[in-house]
Parts: sequence; C-alpha cells; structure tokens
Amino acid sequence: MAMDKEKLRSIISEVLSELDIDEKTINTTSSSPVITSKTADSNTLKLTDTGDATPGTITDEVVIGITPAFGVYQTETIIGIPHASVLREIMAGIEEEGVKCRVIRVYRTADVAFTGHDAAKLSGSGIAIGIQSKGTSVIHQKDLTPLANLELFPQAPIIDLPTYRQIGKNAAQYAKGESPDPVPVKNDQMARPKYQAISALLHNKEAEHQDLKKKPQAVKVEYI
Amino acid sequence: MKRSKRFEVLENRPIHEDGFVKEWPEVGMIAMDSPNDPIPSVRIENGKIVEMDGKERKDFDMIDSFIADYSINLDNAERVAKMDSVLIARKICDINITRDEILDISLSMTPAKMNEVVCKMSALEIMMGLAKMRARISPSNQAHVTNLKDNPAQLAADAAEGSLRGFDEEETTVGISRYAPMNAISILIGSQTGRPGVLTQCSVEEATELGMGMRGFTTYAETVSVYGTEQVFMDGDDTPFSKAFLASCYASRGLKMRFTSGTGSEVQMGFAEGKSMLYLEARCVFITKGAGSQGIQNGSVSCCGVPAAVPSGIKAMGAENLFSTLLDLECASSNDQSFTHSDLRRSTRTMMQFMPGTDFICSGYSSVPNYDNMFAGGNWDAEDFDDWLVIQRDLKIDGGLKPVREENVIKIRNKAAKAIQATFKGLGLPAITDEEVEAATYSHGSKDMPKRNVNADLKAIEEMMESDTSAVDIIKALYNGGFKDVADAVFNMQKQKVAGDYLQTAAILTKDFHVVSAVNAPNDYQGPQTGYQISDERWNEMKDIPWAVNPEDY
Repeated sequence: MAMDKEKLRSIISEVLSELDIDEKTINTTSSSPVITSKTADSNTLKLTDTGDATPGTITDEVVIGITPAFGVYQTETIIGIPHASVLREIMAGIEEEGVKCRVIRVYRTADVAFTGHDAAKLSGSGIAIGIQSKGTSVIHQKDLTPLANLELFPQAPIIDLPTYRQIGKNAAQYAKGESPDPVPVKNDQMARPKYQAISALLHNKEAEHQDLKKKPQAVKVEYI
Repeated sequence: MKRSKRFEVLENRPIHEDGFVKEWPEVGMIAMDSPNDPIPSVRIENGKIVEMDGKERKDFDMIDSFIADYSINLDNAERVAKMDSVLIARKICDINITRDEILDISLSMTPAKMNEVVCKMSALEIMMGLAKMRARISPSNQAHVTNLKDNPAQLAADAAEGSLRGFDEEETTVGISRYAPMNAISILIGSQTGRPGVLTQCSVEEATELGMGMRGFTTYAETVSVYGTEQVFMDGDDTPFSKAFLASCYASRGLKMRFTSGTGSEVQMGFAEGKSMLYLEARCVFITKGAGSQGIQNGSVSCCGVPAAVPSGIKAMGAENLFSTLLDLECASSNDQSFTHSDLRRSTRTMMQFMPGTDFICSGYSSVPNYDNMFAGGNWDAEDFDDWLVIQRDLKIDGGLKPVREENVIKIRNKAAKAIQATFKGLGLPAITDEEVEAATYSHGSKDMPKRNVNADLKAIEEMMESDTSAVDIIKALYNGGFKDVADAVFNMQKQKVAGDYLQTAAILTKDFHVVSAVNAPNDYQGPQTGYQISDERWNEMKDIPWAVNPEDY
C-alpha cells in the first residue's frame, strides 16, 4: 500500500503547518464511535450514536447529517480545520437564528448529496445540512431530488469557519420559511490540482466505514 | 542538511504545487494496467454471451449484464477475442487500414479486450488512432460560459463572444443551482447573437437539465453521467437502464445528447474495486454504446486531478478518448478542467487531443477568466485565447478558434447584452439595467459587473418555472424587443428538434443551420492528404493574428 496512514498524516500535518490554524488531535486509529477533534480553545468533541434517528416533529429544526467517518475516523477537513470547530460553527449559526438543531450520522452512503437528503427527510422542517469528513457541504430540502440542492459548497479546500457558520445561519432561515441570500459563491481553480488526489484518498478512507444496511443514527454531541 | 540552491529553486516551481500520489492498486489508485484488471475473454451460447472477461454470466454484476446484452456486436466477438491484441493495436495506428475495418473489430470487443489493446499503444500511437477514428471529418471546439455572480448580461455577452471566436458548442453551469434556467436562457440568446447555429446546454442536476431542454432553453445535453462500478451507480440512485431511459427522453424530444464519464471518478467516489481507472472507463464507454447515446464526453473531465496525480494518468486520458472513437461515438475530449499549476504541463496534456483533432478538443474551453469558471476552473481560459491562436498558427492545426478584432467583440457583446435585456423585459424577469449592459460590453469578468438582487432573481425564476414559459416566449420577447435576427436564430434552433438531423453522431450546425455530422461528413483519414484538410480560406483566417507585423510597413 503506497499511501498508508502515516503518509496521510504527514500530508495533513504539512497542509496544516502551511495554514497555521486551529490546534488539532489526529486520531486515525480510533475504532470506538467517539471522538478526538478539538476546537481552538481545546474543547474536545465527543460524538456518540444513541440509536436510530427518528423523523422530527418540530418544524423549526435543522438536521445536520454527518458521514460515516466524521469526527471519529477522520477529525478534520481536507485543509485541517478540526471537525469540532466545524460542527460548533454550524450549530452556532443555526442557534443564533433561534432554530433548534440535531445531528445524525448517515451510514449507508458517504456521498454529500445523499447524506444531506437523508437528513432532510428526517428533519421536521425538511431542511438539513450534509457534511462530509473532508468538509464538502450542502444545504438540502426533503422535496428536492437528491442531486439537487438549496446551496452546495463543493470545494472543501476553500470553506472556512465563517462560511460554515453562514451555512448554519442560512439553513436555519430556510427552516423558518425565509429566503436568505445564498452564501456568496467562492471559486478556486487551483483547489483541484492541489487537493483532488488527496480528496480521493480521504474519501476512500471514509467509504471504508460505510454500512449499506445501517439506518441513520441519532448522535449525541458533547464538548468536554 | 545544507540545502542545494538548485533544489530550492526547483521546489518553488509551479509543478511543486500539484498533488502527486504513488500508485495504490488495492483501491484503484492506478491509471492503467492494474494487476486486478480482468483478462479478456468471451463465450457465446445460443446467441447470448455466457462468459465475459473471465466471469460466468451467473457472476455478472448489473454493468456486466448490460454490456453483454446491449453493447457488443456478437457477430465477430469470439473471433476478435482470440485475435492478438498487439496486432489489433498495430492496425489501429496503421494508415493503410480503414476506419471501417477497425470498427468491424472494435465493435465486437469486450471492455477488457479494448483496455488490453489500447494499453499496448504508446501516447503517439494513441494520437494516430484518434486522428483516424474520430467520427466527424472536421475537429471542433466547445466553450464553458459561466461566472461567479451568475450575471445574465455577462453570460450573454461572453456567449456571444465565444460564438464569434469559433466555438460550435457552449456550456454553462451555475454558482447557485437555482439560477440554472436563467443561465441557460442567457447563453442561448448570447450564442445565437454571436453566431447562429451554436449549440448550448446548462450542466445541472439531470431532471432539471431535461426540463430545461424540453422547454427549449437548451439545445443539447451532456451531463448524463455513467460510472464503471455498480456501487458508484448505486450511490447516485442510478443504473445503466435509468441512464438509457434518460437518453430516450432526450431522443424523443429531438434533443442532441451525450453521456459523460472519465477516469478517476470511481476511485474518487471510493468504489473502484481495485481496477485501473482506464479499465473502469472502458466499461463506461461500453455502457454509453449500449444505452444508444450518439456520443460521450470523456477524458477524466472533473476528476482530472486524480489520474493526473499518478503515473501515466495523462496518457490514460488520451486512451479513453480513443475508446470512444473505437465504439464509433462522438468524443468531446475533456481538456476542460484545471489539474495543474504548471503551464508546461497543462499544454502538454492538451496535445494528445489537439494534435490528432477530436470532435470537441475541449469540452469545454473556459471562455471566461478562470476565477469565473464555475466548473471549478479550466485548463484553458479567456486569458489564453491568444496563446491558443498562436499554437494553431505555429503547427497549422485547426483548434477551432479564429482571430477576432476588438471592435467586433465589443459590438457583439453589446448586442447580446441588449438582447438579453429585452428578453428579460418580455418575460417579466427582474430588469437588466443599462449599467449592466455597459459593464457586460466591456467586461473581462464578473469583478467588472455590478451586483444583482439575487433573491429577486431566484424568486422570479421560481415563478417562471411554475408557469409554462418556453422558447416560444423567448422568441416573442426577442422579436418584440427589436431583435428579429436573434429571434429567428432561436426559432431555427427549435426547428432542429423537430427535424432531428442533428441527433446524428457528432453533429454541429453551420450559421445557416446546415448539419455537419459523421453521417454527411464522416472522417476518412488514411494518411497524408486525406481526411480533414485546412482550406485556403480557413488557413488565411488562422494566419491573420492582428498583432503580427506586416512586412510592408517596414
């Protein structure tokens, strides 16, 4: 195997050192469904599955759908932003609009569109955010076809924390029946040359944790 | 270690910004010749394939079954399976063997056989094969027309300029997906202002794309994606059959359509089953053939950064284009998306299609500056126009573009911006201001454009899509707005869907709406002075770059 975990870890560290962002703990060997991603102020994210996710009954909620490896087998996005910070910003964005949120983990797919759509189908408002471990995100609505979306953020290497917060805010506004201005579109034509192969590696690592038969799980989110 | 100054210089070259990865065959992170690629074989009983590429029918997955039942000409299949792959490879690049003779063989191959044959060829031999096997006699080129703000006046102006510069197809997509119908209409009008007969499409989610085609907002479709493993298909809730049905939907509405696939997509999505990217692409091209599509866009396309990161990945992109032509399909040969920081590398990548010529060398060429390319950046962009013209002139190779005069570009951009302004007025869409028209006329990119009210646009689009607004309303709006020639061109584009001639393989339209396809203009290349020859008129046009010095002036 030409690209092992050590190699991957060194790539990620390298990218991180270039970016000089939040402190992180890399734990690619963990096998229990809990965490090790820390925010800048060293709060550790703990994610625990608590059983099958159920359809929401309250209309002012946003469901955040995370992919199989998020926060557990992978703990930071492709540019090294800790999942702990990503999730906190999204949830803060939702909450500052006075909307509730809950997190579910989708196991049957690691695709961002289907993860977002599965989450939307469980959302009381019909609005959900899908997010992959590498950071790619989508705002979805249950009545759209899976590959359509309200807003898509396909280039993970250019999504920063303020953007994640804005994604949360916008999703919350859709949930309230409002029409927010879409998060301004960003484009970096050199993201692919630099990151696409690494993105393929990360996605292969994520797909290893897919379970076609497992239903979406409710997730308890704790910062310890 | 004391650092070598030379190594420090080398490390700071753009090539070192690119991502490179060593091969990892277990997950399919390998461009060609994976140790897990199947050995070609075929066995037919009672007119049915019962064994293909080392698998018995009972072990077929849905892709194997589809290919075995629909994609292979059984007449020669067993004979071809037994032929020496090196011998077939030699025939493909031998100018004395005709295209038709090759098709007799290649249409009866299995995916593993085609993979094995093309893997025996060098990069040069693949190019020789492409020159002969391309479907249409003349090569052509396609443009991307997009911008970061989804600004309709800029889209129309850029589409008009692209048409004037020689592109035969233009493709848009979106920053915000709900903008799709507005973007489709904008480049439809822009393209017909620049040069009547240019085909346009809008790349978005498949149902939306079909809906826009049925309304007449687009005149072809390209983003019908197929994949080389069952799991990736299932990840998209699709099967080869669902794609074939979609192809039929387009055909029944008289809309030109091609599939899209490319090396690297399966490993990018995590399910390559340890096979090489190229072998999986062979399966995609066979699915395309079996589904009845006239053509395919391939050459890694949006997954370009994956094969490009491993050894022989760029060669594989040429090889997959050759697959398409070996199945007698139109080939729009990618060369679209950015994959490198190195100017040397990006031009070298294009030579495999530029030298032999393909049905669309780029699919497409970013006709806007790269910061506005919403396909996440192009391998070529608007700032490379003059380089492309010079490379054509240097090598006397027709890359599809023509030199243009600044005053003509300004004029056509202004007309297109005014035409879309009139259309919006007629359709009751949020007004395009005179300020936007002026900015679009002289703009390079969306940084030069004023902001629009995005929410008002999205709301108006939603209302338009709830009504039955179609190309007929666009034609009326153009006509009533004083743009009778553009209205006439948009009307003629709709007529093509009734006539249906442009559904033939590799069809493009002249400015007089005359179809040029593999049926009435087939490639008959057989060596020097055969096949496509650059006419004197075209050569004079290509030679005439405005900034070349005139000897008589000295």
